[in-house]
Amino acid sequence: MASIHIEDIRKAYGDFHVLHGVDLDIADGEFVVLVGPSGCGKSTLLRMIAGLEEVTSGTIRIDGRRVNDLDPKDRDIAMVFQSYALYPHMSVKDNMSYSLRLRKAAKEKIAGAVNGAAGKLGLEPFMQRRPRALSGGQRQRVAMGRAIVRQPKAFLFDEPLSNLDARLREHMRAEIKKLHKELGATSVYVTHDQIEAMTLADRIVAMNGGVIQQVGSPLDLYDRPANLFVAGFIGSPAMNVFEARYRHAGDAAEAVLGDGTTIRLARAYPVAEGARITIGIRPEHVIVGENGRGIPAVVELVEPTGFGTILHLRLDGVHIKAFSLERQAPASGAAVDIRFAPDRLHVFDENGARIEAGKAP
Amino acid sequence: MRKKRLGLTIAHRLAILAYIVVALFPLFWLLKVSVTPNELLYSEGVRLWPSSTTFQHFSFVLVHSDFPRFFKNSVIVSGGTAIIVTILASLAGYALSRFTFRAKYWIVALMLLTQMFPLVMLVAPIFKMLSPLGLTNSLTGLIIVYVAFNVPFATFLMQSFFDGIPKDLEEAAMIDGATRFMAFRQIILPLTLPGIAATLGFVFTAAWSELLFALMLISGNQAATFPVGLLSFVSKFSVDFGQMMAAGVLALIPACLFFLLIQRYLVQGLTAGAVKG
Ligand SMILES: Nc1ncnc2c1ncn2[C@@H]1O[C@H](COP(=O)(O)OP(=O)(O)OP(=O)(O)O)[C@@H](O)[C@H]1O
Ligand SMILES: [Mg+2]
Repeated sequence: MASIHIEDIRKAYGDFHVLHGVDLDIADGEFVVLVGPSGCGKSTLLRMIAGLEEVTSGTIRIDGRRVNDLDPKDRDIAMVFQSYALYPHMSVKDNMSYSLRLRKAAKEKIAGAVNGAAGKLGLEPFMQRRPRALSGGQRQRVAMGRAIVRQPKAFLFDEPLSNLDARLREHMRAEIKKLHKELGATSVYVTHDQIEAMTLADRIVAMNGGVIQQVGSPLDLYDRPANLFVAGFIGSPAMNVFEARYRHAGDAAEAVLGDGTTIRLARAYPVAEGARITIGIRPEHVIVGENGRGIPAVVELVEPTGFGTILHLRLDGVHIKAFSLERQAPASGAAVDIRFAPDRLHVFDENGARIEAGKAP
Repeated sequence: MRKKRLGLTIAHRLAILAYIVVALFPLFWLLKVSVTPNELLYSEGVRLWPSSTTFQHFSFVLVHSDFPRFFKNSVIVSGGTAIIVTILASLAGYALSRFTFRAKYWIVALMLLTQMFPLVMLVAPIFKMLSPLGLTNSLTGLIIVYVAFNVPFATFLMQSFFDGIPKDLEEAAMIDGATRFMAFRQIILPLTLPGIAATLGFVFTAAWSELLFALMLISGNQAATFPVGLLSFVSKFSVDFGQMMAAGVLALIPACLFFLLIQRYLVQGLTAGAVKG
């Protein structure tokens, strides 16, 4: 087990800059999930930790030791690939024992480690098969097994579950979480599946365009997104956001939308009167009523998910989504009125950075 | 429905049969002439099979001609060329497939360029180069020339096979603790066996039937390969067709054996990409 320290890592392919100075400290035994849109550099960062990509500048340390110029084989880390990358010409057993055989471990030790991993992952019936004779889920397990037999310093996962169907993914997600509890191994996990990120992570690292946007616990990112990118990226359906102007109102404040609608904020924020702000509210915090108290809106679309209902609403050209656990939703086309729980509103400044409530300037 | 299926199957089989007949007929004729006694060759007219057969041509070729030597030379030259070319082409093809390095573009362009000249143009300069080195009239010289001419194409062939193998595999191996070369040898090479077999087969047959350089660089019977040897059955006044065909039939044997040996991998190679996963 080991800690990983990343200092001002940059990566460029020729003139094309992929990572613009990433700093990240991963503690021993921590499970860190990297999320972000496609092409933001998650895999690149992971592959640099693994030693598969050269570091353009910056430092990577594993357990305090600088590993920038170390070959992958000398870093003692394991990686699970999205494609699984199982060796097609080897049996499951040989796939799993390959790393130990390379290290010339004793036969009994190899057998013990392989059988242990196979037991944990339920792979015993398949040990003599070739990967092509396995289902996707079984292959995924073999890839996991290959990583854990060696007891490496850290595990790296690059979207390991994205080739599985929804149900299997859910199952494997739980397995991975259990395995992590059991092994306590430092893990870096790349995904663009939010649920995976939320459920697995000790800490989530949200990235965009080669820059870290926020690092924090899953609920931290959900409840207090540091900027508009994180606010929009984490959570599904996504947070509603509106452009507005800030207005003082006694102890509290108001946000004035373009059409003059005012939304009451619970407290004052440290911004100037009339400043441009963006306010955000999660769909589950939009309260939909039919008693005429609130902002009038029209229901455009009703999406029952079984678990709850997603309402698509329109108020004067602005689209809003509301989520409620109620089954009895207003019908499409109905006139409703909506309110926002004031203490659930998120406020962002002109540049999209979060503003915390505080004393007015 | 079923009738239509049957019809299609029959048409399919007939088409294959027609192709096989066309492709194999010259070989059949080779065999037929090689077992036809000399006195029947011109007297019987065109027949599918002579009224009596003989092995006299074979025994003459094997016992009284230089053919066994030609044969041995050919095996050495073709086998040597095939093995050397395949080793070089695997390494070079892997580099082209996996690494980016300076001047890669120019190296590829140069290799393509070598494939664009008519060989006849190059015979004289090559002779000029090899002769002071004592490499004319020698099997080694011939192997060197064949290797030089076959490496570029074989490299591209091998590169395409490596391109078909996901990079993830050797990356996984390297993370598992292998060096790049170990990953190449233990993971990638076994998966390229079909490609290696195809390259071996291609180069072997190319060298086996090469005539131009063999003719120009070799004089006399000592180091002659069998295509050159075949020409010795053509004399100023006549062509000994029976013996020539018998030699031809014998020359087919190693090529056939070779393909029999590698066909397992070839077939695997042709079907490998057919199924996902
Ligand atoms: N060898 C390369 N040469 C040039 N650009 C590259 C190379 N490899 C990756 N990139 C670029 O680097 C950027 C980041 O790629 P990366 O694979 O890290 O994205 P990602 O965040 O993992 O995306 P995804 O979620 O789609 O896997 C992309 O814009 C990609 O085009
Ligand atoms: Mg990726």
